[in-house]
Amino acid sequence: MIRKNLLIWITIISSAIFIIQLASLQLSKGSFNRDFAIQEISVYPERGLIFDRNGELLVANQPMYELIIIPENTVEFDTIQLSNLIGIEQNDLSKRILSARKYSTKLPSVIESQISKEKNAFLQEKIWLFNGFYLRKKSVRDYIRPFASNVIGYTSEVDQNDINSNPYYEKGEMIGKQGIESFYEDNLKGVKGKRYFQKDRFNRIIGPYDDSKQDISPKKADNLTLTIDIKLQEYAESLLKNKKGGIVAIEPSSGEVLTLVSAPTYQSNQFIGQDRGANFQKLLKDTINKPLFDRALQAQYSPGSPMKILNALIGLQEGVIDEKTSFTCNAGHYYARNAFMACHNELGTISNLRKGIYNSCNTYFAKTYKRIIDKYDSPSLGLDSWSNHIKSFGLGDYLGYDLFIGKKGFIPESNYYDRFYGNNRWSASTTISNSIGQGEILTTPIQMANFASAIANRGFFYKPHFVKKINNQTNISFEKNFTSIDKENFEVIIDGMVDVVERGTARIAKIKNINVAGKTGTVENFILIEGEKKQLTDHSTFIAFAPAEDPKIVVSVFVENGYWGSRWAAPIASLIIEKYLTGNIERKWLESRMINGSLLAEYEKPYKFQNFTINE
Amino acid sequence: MNRLSVLKYDVVSIALYIGLVSFGIINIYSSSFNESFTNLFNVGSIVGKQVIFFFLSLIAFIFILFTKSKFIDNSTSIVYFLSIILLVGLFIFGVERGGAKSWYAIGPISFQPSELAKFGTALFLSKFLSIIQTDLKSNKDIIVVLIIILVPIILTTIQPDPGTALIFLAFIFPVIREGLNLNYFYFGLSIILTLFLTLKFSFLVSLAILSIIFFTYLIYLRNKKFKISLLKLIFSFFLLIAISFSTNYLFDNVLEQRHRDRINLVLGKEIDTSGIGYNINQSKIAITNGGLFGTGFLEGTQTKGNFVPRQHTDFIFSTIGEEWGFMGTSLTILLFSILIIRLISRAEKQPNHFRRIYSYCFASLIFFHFFINVGMSIGLIPSIGIPLPFISYGGSSLLIFSLMFFVYINFDSSRLKED
Repeated sequence: MIRKNLLIWITIISSAIFIIQLASLQLSKGSFNRDFAIQEISVYPERGLIFDRNGELLVANQPMYELIIIPENTVEFDTIQLSNLIGIEQNDLSKRILSARKYSTKLPSVIESQISKEKNAFLQEKIWLFNGFYLRKKSVRDYIRPFASNVIGYTSEVDQNDINSNPYYEKGEMIGKQGIESFYEDNLKGVKGKRYFQKDRFNRIIGPYDDSKQDISPKKADNLTLTIDIKLQEYAESLLKNKKGGIVAIEPSSGEVLTLVSAPTYQSNQFIGQDRGANFQKLLKDTINKPLFDRALQAQYSPGSPMKILNALIGLQEGVIDEKTSFTCNAGHYYARNAFMACHNELGTISNLRKGIYNSCNTYFAKTYKRIIDKYDSPSLGLDSWSNHIKSFGLGDYLGYDLFIGKKGFIPESNYYDRFYGNNRWSASTTISNSIGQGEILTTPIQMANFASAIANRGFFYKPHFVKKINNQTNISFEKNFTSIDKENFEVIIDGMVDVVERGTARIAKIKNINVAGKTGTVENFILIEGEKKQLTDHSTFIAFAPAEDPKIVVSVFVENGYWGSRWAAPIASLIIEKYLTGNIERKWLESRMINGSLLAEYEKPYKFQNFTINE
Repeated sequence: MNRLSVLKYDVVSIALYIGLVSFGIINIYSSSFNESFTNLFNVGSIVGKQVIFFFLSLIAFIFILFTKSKFIDNSTSIVYFLSIILLVGLFIFGVERGGAKSWYAIGPISFQPSELAKFGTALFLSKFLSIIQTDLKSNKDIIVVLIIILVPIILTTIQPDPGTALIFLAFIFPVIREGLNLNYFYFGLSIILTLFLTLKFSFLVSLAILSIIFFTYLIYLRNKKFKISLLKLIFSFFLLIAISFSTNYLFDNVLEQRHRDRINLVLGKEIDTSGIGYNINQSKIAITNGGLFGTGFLEGTQTKGNFVPRQHTDFIFSTIGEEWGFMGTSLTILLFSILIIRLISRAEKQPNHFRRIYSYCFASLIFFHFFINVGMSIGLIPSIGIPLPFISYGGSSLLIFSLMFFVYINFDSSRLKED
């Protein structure tokens, strides 16, 4: 029997073993669960273009080249020659080749990226000498105008964090890292497509996979039109040369930011090309000038005298003063026993509201502030009412504009002083600095511009923003944010602000045939040097809008350690207004004084480790 | 022919044959698919050639059906000696392909005589075993059988085509069936086990296990009274130990590196997916890629990418695995098993000795091809280049297997009328 059935049994047993082996291969996801035969290739849409408000192209794309190695294909070559060709250290080159080899001997690795097209032209002629190396084209940003870099930002290759936080990105892809590039990343990048290819056993692509039916075509990126006026931006940047500070110009009727300058700053183009890493390190390590810090958006200063305007408005709204209210100033006044607040006004000056504004009388606004607070039963109620008025101008919180960076500033509330002094242990006198914009209040230059905008609009503002159109569609609608001050209270204040320029502290800002409304500020400030608090030269600030009767532009200027508001900030603001409204500058002497003026000597003072004088 | 006369043929086997060949053509079409040749009947394409040989086979079928079985009975030695002559002639007229002189080429037609030798050996061996006087207990007859089988083995080995030579070991089965002492079979199994143990582990492990088996067997035999001479048993035992002892030396010094690699790969000693392991590894990837239902006809990405070398010939099973999935592979295995078992059981009913042994030889040949080819494709057996009968591309193979099959059909149909 065993003879007859031997082969039958062997057949049955063999078949059973085969089927078990096949089941273990085919029915369980074993070690071969990736389909090596399909190559997925991403297809990138061209990154979106960026224009200025007048349609001038600011940001386009340019080809750059990557030097690629396929280690398997290399033969012995002269590393010294190659390192000289691409301009990197020989050791560095050897390390990169080694790590490429470790990654894969068959797959391409990038040895050096972002090689300029000029260098590429030169390299292309030599690279054939090096088997296993080739150059691959890649699209990177081209920042055509080297201005408004703090607004536009820059792109760079995704890092591990980007990849971890968004699975869309893959190694080597570009992502917006700052500014508009970052905030509008989703619009600017479009959506990459996928193409699938059938590979053969040598990893060569032999044709489309599944007749390209699975391919996903890329989605075109959006083009952006900024609110920035690049000519005005360029001009404003030139005015802040060799100074530190910020300039913000806004169109009050829309909230569109015309100009946003931070000085010193960087240029977006520094983040492109072979030197981008070194450039970034240089920018990052400059802790004195902090070029990556946007002073217009992130620097929180005491607002200084422009805050007087808000106090006047609140006084009018609360009914504690009217335009005829007068106070006497004795070159200052005692706001409490043994507590004197000095004022640059002469002894015995009697000011009404307008005069108080244009002469920037500390006494006048201290007394107004005291009335505002004391109107209520307790200082807490009074201060909170004041605080709410201030906040209705967009101070003390993020403005919600379309850039990722910014600061809240600070507007104190009663609980802040309760914590600081104890419940009911403080009064209007204790917080009197609020009246003149010193003390606890902190604002950023863009917040200053925004509240000036609210005054220019007589009681409302639009959220400042930087993008006007996405693909020629003005689909961004903004609502009016009304302040807590009634419209009729603004006129007298604006008259006072016009007087500031006509006959007050900022006569230098006067422009022929244009009514400019403004307010200077001179802000005390301190620095810690070796643990010791030292006072520095005052910051020079100015807010302005023009024409006063129908404002087209609001400007806020902040010049660090510039001393009087009228010395730097007011002339700069005035020049920007003139440039924007008339298109040219008649006061060439003022222009050249501002452009050529330098505060570098002032900035060096605290770093010389010797005593220095301020407010020269 | 009337209804009854159709029914006298083994219709089930014919259906299995047509099914397997058709399925083979579909998979050859897919694995050799290429945008420029889409026509199934294009003579220039690989699949076109296979289709032509299928038609040739069907024509031969008609002739063979109307041939008297007796006529075939008497032509066995002609086929065998013709094939031996053709094998010898290869050394003079043969064409070298892939390192082996195993082909005749006349114009566009090429022919592999080793395929014919399988048929010839099956016929001639069956004839010899069916002779009344033949006694497999006599050493003289065993030597004759050995010579019949060894001649084609030697001739194909020195071509060199050791894979094909190995196939002739399939004739062990009919010889055992016809009365060869089963101890030869057990001894053969013991040699394979010894080789496996020595190569996979070591001589000492092999020695230990062989000793355990030997002494267990001795105790078992003591209880059952001796049927086998103790001397022979002890001789076998020491022979196995000698084989085991010399295995590593032979392995390292006689075999070529590629053979060592193939064996090591299956033993799981070397995981090399780029070099020698490439074929089997790619075949396994393709089969795994198929999953339960497969990627579908012409949809296999591994198949399209030509990842598996020789995919339309020796590795056709990987195409089945990828495009038809577990369903396709297990069905294929099932069809082969049914065919083999059916051939054997119909053979057992054959009153004519020669025809019974022939059918048994044919079943053994199919089994051996099937076992080695599928086992290799799924990584259970070292890579040996032999085709999967009826399925793999190859005109000689298809034609000869078809002829052998039709002869079986002829024999089987004449089983009831002893003419």
